[in-house]
Amino acid sequence: MTADADCHDAPPRPKRSDSRVPQIALAGNPNVGKTTLFNALTGSSAKVSNYPGITVERRTGALALPEGPADLHDLPGTYSLNARSAEEQITLDALVGLNGETAPDVVIVCLDATQLARSVYLLLQCRELGARVVGALTMVDEAGAAAPDARALGALVDCEVVAVTARTKRGLPDLVAAIDRALRVERRAVWKWTPSPALRAHLDAVTAALPKSWHSRARYGTELAGSDDAVALWALTCIDGSEHDADELVGVPAELRAAVLAQDTTRALDDEAVLARWAWLDREIPHVAHIKPDRSMTERIDRVLLHRAAGFVVFLGVMTVLFMSLFAWADPLIDGIDHGLKAFGGELRNVLGASIFTDFLVDGVIAGTGAVLVFLPQILLLFLFLGFLEDCGYLARVAYLMDRVMRSMNLHGRAFVPMLFGFACAVPAITATRTMERRRDRILTMMVVPLMTCSARLPVYTLVIGALIPSSRVTKGLLMVGMYAFSVTTSLIAAWLMSKTVKKLKAKRLPFIIELPPYRWPRLPDVLRMMWGKSSMFLREAGTVILACSIALWALLYFPRHLPEGSPDYAALVAQAPTEEAKQQVFALEQAAHLENSYGGRLGHAIEPVIAPLGFDWKIGVGLVGAFAAREVFVSTLGIVYAVGTDADAQSQPLRKALQEAKHSDGRTAYTPLVGLSLMIFFALAMQCMSTLAVVRRESGGFGWPIFLFSYMTVLAWTVSFLVFQGGKLLGFS
Amino acid sequence: MPLSLAEIPLGGSAKVRSIEGPRTFRRRLLEMGLVPGTVVRVVTIAPLGDPLRIEVRHGQWSIRRNEAAQIEIEPP
Repeated sequence: MTADADCHDAPPRPKRSDSRVPQIALAGNPNVGKTTLFNALTGSSAKVSNYPGITVERRTGALALPEGPADLHDLPGTYSLNARSAEEQITLDALVGLNGETAPDVVIVCLDATQLARSVYLLLQCRELGARVVGALTMVDEAGAAAPDARALGALVDCEVVAVTARTKRGLPDLVAAIDRALRVERRAVWKWTPSPALRAHLDAVTAALPKSWHSRARYGTELAGSDDAVALWALTCIDGSEHDADELVGVPAELRAAVLAQDTTRALDDEAVLARWAWLDREIPHVAHIKPDRSMTERIDRVLLHRAAGFVVFLGVMTVLFMSLFAWADPLIDGIDHGLKAFGGELRNVLGASIFTDFLVDGVIAGTGAVLVFLPQILLLFLFLGFLEDCGYLARVAYLMDRVMRSMNLHGRAFVPMLFGFACAVPAITATRTMERRRDRILTMMVVPLMTCSARLPVYTLVIGALIPSSRVTKGLLMVGMYAFSVTTSLIAAWLMSKTVKKLKAKRLPFIIELPPYRWPRLPDVLRMMWGKSSMFLREAGTVILACSIALWALLYFPRHLPEGSPDYAALVAQAPTEEAKQQVFALEQAAHLENSYGGRLGHAIEPVIAPLGFDWKIGVGLVGAFAAREVFVSTLGIVYAVGTDADAQSQPLRKALQEAKHSDGRTAYTPLVGLSLMIFFALAMQCMSTLAVVRRESGGFGWPIFLFSYMTVLAWTVSFLVFQGGKLLGFS
Repeated sequence: MPLSLAEIPLGGSAKVRSIEGPRTFRRRLLEMGLVPGTVVRVVTIAPLGDPLRIEVRHGQWSIRRNEAAQIEIEPP
């Protein structure tokens, strides 16, 4: 199919039907090189966003057509347009213009030369719906001699098919020319099979019930009976009111649903369309593709990577390297961001002088920006790794290898990677749940990932173990290992319990069928583009919330600025202090007094009755409030409360000493080893992290799940700490 | 009692006779080309005994044992 030939002897081109910017959609099965083709067609113009209400990514870019730019929309990869969930339904909506979507003028369907029949199945569905289709034949180089002839294939499915190699941009000009021609073609709905009289009757009944906005006239602007039939067939196939297999579609009008449920279809009728399309494919496709594609390379690699013993060893190796490099490479960057912003804040403070505004700018805005930016190195690296593993085909194998383990807790095989990354930080781990296609699997994973021992809990454990647990180095080490084991156990049990009790998280009998695609070399530009798209979306959508929360939390611990009546005159004391050291001492005391008097400090006092049964006093209460910014902030907040300076860390000897010597008002030691254990358990289980909540809100698309997450973890933490502390006391520990 | 895909030995192949189970499940399998008459081969079994790796129409899929049990087969 060459564009040149058409230029010479083609008749004058008919005008395009209207003058607005043409909308082009790109559809295809997963793993057919759709993303690579999208990137090659749009260059760097792509923008990533979400479809409203659901976490399916919408990627849009500019495509240069001869008469000007068009919008190219990358639809989610799918094997079929039939849907059971809102996530799957979006493909139909975006393809024919339902539920607020605009019907694209042309649909490019990616056809995998090595998986031809299956790709053409999707094309047949698009044709039935009346889409103007152009086929893009991908993986031609991989298919080698087995690659079908694009022209013969085009004749078979009666639309233009162009062979493209996106890596080398071969065939792209021809594809663009074919799209331009398709824009001028009349819409037609093409069915390669004829419904049986029984199905015909059902289709007629449902078509009659189609609401106006679902009619071809509203969607396309022209009457297209075949397209209305195809929409009716979709409804008839996908809408299900039965109790055990009910659909989770959204935006299906009530009258349409009622009309479908009134139909009494049999299983044979249900299968008719699928079997008829496959009968056609099995009859016709062998004419254009008759050689088997060569899969020997993938077979050889899988013989090792999926081997009973060797496969597991390689798997553990890959995951260890991944996890360690995440720490090794991200930590210096995180430290760099931290130091850079601190230095910048210090400079700014020198320039502006002391004022409330300066404190707001430095401790609120700049520190809050830091709270967002510190996640960036881990998120960038995580998506670099994930993109690489996904594109080369290994991520699907991880799910295959781990499915047995994860399934025993009713988790998806793909939940393994987010759970692993939970050891580093829940925020990138939760963004990684997107590799699972089903919402239920994603949400369940999100609900348990925050229980894993993230790196922000380590400073707290280090401080508590160092200061409060009197034992040998070995026991302290074992206690730390124990905290890790505790987190893995609780998260797996929590997953199992929630899948049994929470209605929306119940393990339904949904098929777990994942494709194990052939191994392919990932393309660095594709991986980098995906990495940047996801990271910038994190900054835009979760980052802004985290920044706002940081500033609010700063204000909570900063205001009011006046100290209560009868407080010492710290300014005078500073002036009187004989040495620099004494000055710092007074300054620290003043800060401690301010913090105690702040709204956050008062909140710490107010929650004391609630946390006292866990062995905590109001000072820990203030620390818990501060820790909401990030768990490790607990340490520096305690440092301020105990007037040992504003930048105490987990190794700080003055802070450890202060904790060991702290007394209750009645003279008892405030922090016993039992309190220390109770505190660690509380931190292990409590939802002490606003950034996690912000990212769960974004990934789950609402406030319901973050509120549930916060509630269940807080209740769990309180209960277990209560049992540990009170039980320990009863047993005579202190 | 007809044989199911879960009973095929490692490396063996068979022809699909019918697919049982819930509607969504059947539809998903039929749409990926597992229609009656299609040849399926069990390529490997995961290290922990489940899931199975099957080959259908030059494509490979991971499918759990209890799902494979819903696929009735006959000798190729």
